[in-house]
Amino acid sequence: MDTNKNSYTLIYAAVMVIVIALMLAFVSSALKDKQNANVELDKKKQLLSSLQINLDGQDAVALYEKYIVKEIVINSKAEVLSEGKGAAFKLDYIKEIAKKLEDRKLPVYIANVDGQTKYIIALRGAGLWGPIWGYLALNEDKNTVFGTNFSHASETPGLGANIVDAPFKNQFIGKHILNDKQEFVSIAVMKTGNKAEGQEQIDAIAGGTITSKGVEKMLLDCLSQYDEFYKNGGAK
Amino acid sequence: MSKLFSEKTKQVFLGPLSKNNPITVQVLGICSALAVTANLKPALVMSLSVIIIVAFSNVIISLLRNTIPNRIRIIVQLVVVAALVTIVSEILKAFAYDVSVQLSVYIGLIITNCILMGRLEAFAMANKPWESFVDGLGNGIGYAVILIIVGFFRELLGAGSLMGYKVIPQSFYDAGYMNNGLMMMPPMALILVACIIWVHRAKNKDLQEK
Repeated sequence: MDTNKNSYTLIYAAVMVIVIALMLAFVSSALKDKQNANVELDKKKQLLSSLQINLDGQDAVALYEKYIVKEIVINSKAEVLSEGKGAAFKLDYIKEIAKKLEDRKLPVYIANVDGQTKYIIALRGAGLWGPIWGYLALNEDKNTVFGTNFSHASETPGLGANIVDAPFKNQFIGKHILNDKQEFVSIAVMKTGNKAEGQEQIDAIAGGTITSKGVEKMLLDCLSQYDEFYKNGGAK
Repeated sequence: MSKLFSEKTKQVFLGPLSKNNPITVQVLGICSALAVTANLKPALVMSLSVIIIVAFSNVIISLLRNTIPNRIRIIVQLVVVAALVTIVSEILKAFAYDVSVQLSVYIGLIITNCILMGRLEAFAMANKPWESFVDGLGNGIGYAVILIIVGFFRELLGAGSLMGYKVIPQSFYDAGYMNNGLMMMPPMALILVACIIWVHRAKNKDLQEK
């Protein structure tokens, strides 16, 4: 057979593409459930890690059950829309932050660490190359940061990607998101030596300026949605 | 059976392990060798993935070699490799999620790993499936050996651990020993690969250029 004919080449290419597409579709649908379970497990690990819980060699699912005592979904007026196991966890946060502020459903995870109540707030923003996201745990006063956890899709390894590491995220511990008048001001991420006006600050990553600024904007955007929640003592 | 392990097949398998190593002699696939060797575990997973993908894409291309239209042969090779890589990446996401997060873009980049295109174009297009399979295995293992050596030294000297477990005792650190931060940086992988090439050429005089 003449394999150099145009018609042969065309048919060959078409058949090849269809066969491969079918095969990939099959593999993807066969593994979907398992992959989703992994994504959920990973999310639980991120939440726990914002509470500064050491996960090494531990069963994250069991720890999650132990520490996260309640999940609530609130709106921007801090009214509780729904609560119960999985209420906040199953919420599609990416879709919610695309809506208007009044229509947004906002997740809050309520954790109990050594008898103290902690509130975990979800964050999502943009880094240099792709999305960044994370969780920020507040103490009972809804002001002092107890711990944070950041993740990213594709920040530069060794530079922007360092936001996931302890030296960066541990800087947030003990910082306050409200000022003296109890107004929300967020936390600034500043280049070393620069001073932020009227708010507390942490050091940016050298060589990771855009990712650092992305973290700052993410904190401001996402934390400000919960403004009412900090004020009224929130939903118990 | 004797045909399966003929002298020629043996050469096809053993060549890439030493005299024709894809990294140290052909100098292919360097970028991934730099990127994933900061720790031993991703280096191992990357090695395994590349071995599987080279071997099987070699077999598939070899089976198809007489039907592939010459004008689109590179496209066909790429599609086969891309499909296999996607399947491996999906399987990793399902069964080794942590590793797949760690390897993130590098798994996708196997598609552009020169070793693959090199073997498909240079060997599988002209040889029978069995020999192609052996050639893929040989080259994949040749690549893996270098990755593992580099990963071993980088993790040991850079982080004091192997496979994530601390191996350098705390008393060493107390006595003033420090991890070498440079080991964790990509340039150090290049220096280590160069050292391996140096040792390799010193042992095999026939590899040395005049």
